[in-house]
Amino acid sequence: MKPPRFDYHAPASVDEAVALLVRYGGDAKVLAGGQSLMPMLNFRLARPAALVDVNRIPVLAYVREDDGTVAFGAMTRQRTIEFSPVVARRLPLLHEATRWVGHLPIRSRGTIGGSIAHADPSAEYPAVLTALEGEVVVQGPRGRRTLRPAELFETYLTTSLAPDELLVEVRLPAMAAGAGYAFEEFARRHGDFAIVGIAAMVVRDGARCSVARLASAGAGPVPVRLRAAEQILERDGLGETAIEAAAARAAELVSPDSDVHASADYRRHLTRVLTARAVKRAVDRSR
Amino acid sequence: MTDPVLVRMTVNGAAQEGRCAPRKLLVDFLREDLGLTGTHVGCEHGICGACTVLVDGQAARSCLMLAVQADGAELMTIEGLMRDGVLHPLQQAFRDHHGLQCGFCTPGMLLTALDLLRTNPDPSEAEVREGLAAVLCRCTGYHGIVKAVRAAAPVLRGAS
Repeated sequence: MKPPRFDYHAPASVDEAVALLVRYGGDAKVLAGGQSLMPMLNFRLARPAALVDVNRIPVLAYVREDDGTVAFGAMTRQRTIEFSPVVARRLPLLHEATRWVGHLPIRSRGTIGGSIAHADPSAEYPAVLTALEGEVVVQGPRGRRTLRPAELFETYLTTSLAPDELLVEVRLPAMAAGAGYAFEEFARRHGDFAIVGIAAMVVRDGARCSVARLASAGAGPVPVRLRAAEQILERDGLGETAIEAAAARAAELVSPDSDVHASADYRRHLTRVLTARAVKRAVDRSR
Repeated sequence: MTDPVLVRMTVNGAAQEGRCAPRKLLVDFLREDLGLTGTHVGCEHGICGACTVLVDGQAARSCLMLAVQADGAELMTIEGLMRDGVLHPLQQAFRDHHGLQCGFCTPGMLLTALDLLRTNPDPSEAEVREGLAAVLCRCTGYHGIVKAVRAAAPVLRGAS
């Protein structure tokens, strides 16, 4: 046996899942797609008293478009998102980012809610959530609350979710028709964890840029919304000079750490280069 | 809750069942409880892809699933590819194009490629390489594998 011993529960409803989380008082882990938790169990880096497997809660898997918002049940698989016509039409940035999430068999199991709740700073979905100003809905014993990315991501692999709260829904505002977008990422091999990734969206209004949205992955303990860089584009337009200025500003806004994969300086450099690339590609796609 | 649980699933079209601890990985259940040792255990943390099987038609790492999670599911493993003593077209293509040497990664390669070709029946070379990046091979250098998958694609399109 590789994983340590644990109590296994597969509740059929969210209420039941939350009750189990309450019962174990922080000693239970939620098992969603399992593509991050299972390796940690196999290595015994995680030794929870119990697993609450939410894969048998069918109401947690859906993609719903409603009044300018696309809502995802937390257990919606990344593979479903990859092939969802609603996502392709209304959230092409998410669609593009999904191609960077692990590999095909990882995406068969991995979920949008699991990826966001796991809060790996190099992951793609937290960066897209941050760039598009989405929100998540969590449910606990005291009911539901809604959190914006800045309220959710605290540091490496750490969110503001209480141990007895379950992430149940992810909401992303649909992108404006004609918005340009790009997800740029650098990893040593396709499918590896990103060293740095950049999510970009621009809405063009003639020569002006009415909305710019930028967020980084892998360039610090949490995804970073690059607001001051966005403001340069919104003020100065989408010409080469403005894009280079925004990219240089983006590199100043991140606080990357050094690790075995890359130095902090290199991550900062990548933030500048990938921001410029992402914005240029987004501009080319915008109408 | 740590007591053995009854797990029932369909594997390669046949109903199977067994009792195992909830912490037993699907790959170990297939190999040890069902005797289906064609699915290989490599890294055991979702990197190498050797243990990839089809779960309800989709390629998934069987080292990153508990056996109990596959209760009620329909699985396909490498043992399910050959029919009536005849190699599956993808297996034949691997043989024809030197898609394997030691064969350790081959079960994962084949099942990942099957899912890739199901969702993208006419992939470019780049798409095959991206799809198969999910499985690590340490001997053939991938060229023969990529050739094999591209050669099998029209055969599978014709068969469906």
